[in-house]
Amino acid sequence: MTTAERIEREQETGPGAGPTPVAVPAARATGCPFDPAPALERAHREEPMTRATLWDGSSCWLVTRHQDVREVLGDPRFSADATRPGFPFLTAGARQFASGNPSFIRQDDPEHARLRRMLTADFMVKKVEAMRPEVQRIADDLLDRMTEGRHAADLVAEFALPLPSLVICLLLGVPYGDHEFFQKHSSVLLSLRSTVEEVDLAQKELQDYLCGLAESKRREPDDGIVSRLVARGELDDAAIASMGRLLLVAGHETTANMTALSTLTLLRNPDQLARLRAEPSLIKGAVEELLRYLTIVHNGLPRIADEDVTIGGHTIRAGEGVLCVLNVANRDEEVFPGGAALDVGRDARRHVAFGFGVHQCLGQPLARVELQIALETLLRRLPGLRLDIPFEDVPFRHDMGIYGVHALPVAW
Amino acid sequence: MRVLIDQDKCCGAGSCVLSAPEVFDQREEDGIVLLLDAEPPAALHEAVHEAAAICPAAAITVEQSERV
Repeated sequence: MTTAERIEREQETGPGAGPTPVAVPAARATGCPFDPAPALERAHREEPMTRATLWDGSSCWLVTRHQDVREVLGDPRFSADATRPGFPFLTAGARQFASGNPSFIRQDDPEHARLRRMLTADFMVKKVEAMRPEVQRIADDLLDRMTEGRHAADLVAEFALPLPSLVICLLLGVPYGDHEFFQKHSSVLLSLRSTVEEVDLAQKELQDYLCGLAESKRREPDDGIVSRLVARGELDDAAIASMGRLLLVAGHETTANMTALSTLTLLRNPDQLARLRAEPSLIKGAVEELLRYLTIVHNGLPRIADEDVTIGGHTIRAGEGVLCVLNVANRDEEVFPGGAALDVGRDARRHVAFGFGVHQCLGQPLARVELQIALETLLRRLPGLRLDIPFEDVPFRHDMGIYGVHALPVAW
Repeated sequence: MRVLIDQDKCCGAGSCVLSAPEVFDQREEDGIVLLLDAEPPAALHEAVHEAAAICPAAAITVEQSERV
């Protein structure tokens, strides 16, 4: 689209569309690393549905209100298929990531539902609740090792990352010994700085690795997810590898960053930390509140309209892209009064930190159990836990699709 | 209150089970929602409304009884 065409289009969409589109990804303010980017919050205050410009000069809609985000993500007229012309991407690397071997996260029903239903039993609440003793044992082992003869460590490297990594490897039937390999490639796929070539290479390495794994499970089956997908006989190895890659990448980065960022947030909110320590039974609600407050999928979930749809008083035309800004929606005052503050006693269950609609995070019951156990165990076992570097020096993941911290040096 | 579920819509996210485990469960083989109690007692109404509100796939419908 030329500039003239874009201006014409914006004029057509009415005065509410605003004259100055917001550039995304938008930078967070220095000093407020837990808060959404000021440009996105301002857009929400001034016009909850506005236009955004992307890295390649294209534009899309920016949806920031909680109700509108739920409507878009819950409406099958919005497609998650990234191969459609006009689909909004945050970087060239993200476009490349979406173009090769897409998993069901980038497909629409009925194919999406067919593939997703092959996995729903593995992540159902009862199944995951039954894993609590195992997750607890992993958390305790990691903390035993981290604290043995020491009083300082990087919480990301020694606890927050290995915990979900060990669990997802166990579930998938992936050898944990290979974790450095797939953590490295997983980071490349989620970095906003990765070049197209780097994304291509990481994709290929992971795809080949998981195809090889599927092949080995055919010879030596176990009770992991990859092995069971092979045994079903409905998918070829490339499709199994795509599914395995989604679970591996999603299982790693999300819970790891939520654990580390939640710990830091609690250390920065000592009254909330004290309350949680005094009332450990608050942990389930506190985890929901931390999910809401931090919303680590922080740059917006992309969709594209299949037909003209009216949302929040604006008509999104067929073929137009949409970014649903989850972190701003999760602080929408209409749903979460005082939402800019962390309140571990709040009922935050309506948050959209896991997304919304049929693509909502499949692994959320597992993420909840992991987060509840990780935080409860950490706070109980390390009563003197504190940040071991100045807050200003904490390396926040501004450069990643999943927000968090690259490292979290702590002492106890 | 009368609760209706649409298993074809369900995406197996499981949030209903966390909100109201007395009313909702998941099928062992594929995690799809199961309705345990179509007319839950008043004490559970708030939890059921919450489950319907947070269901990502809009698979839960709540009909208010005409009797108050």
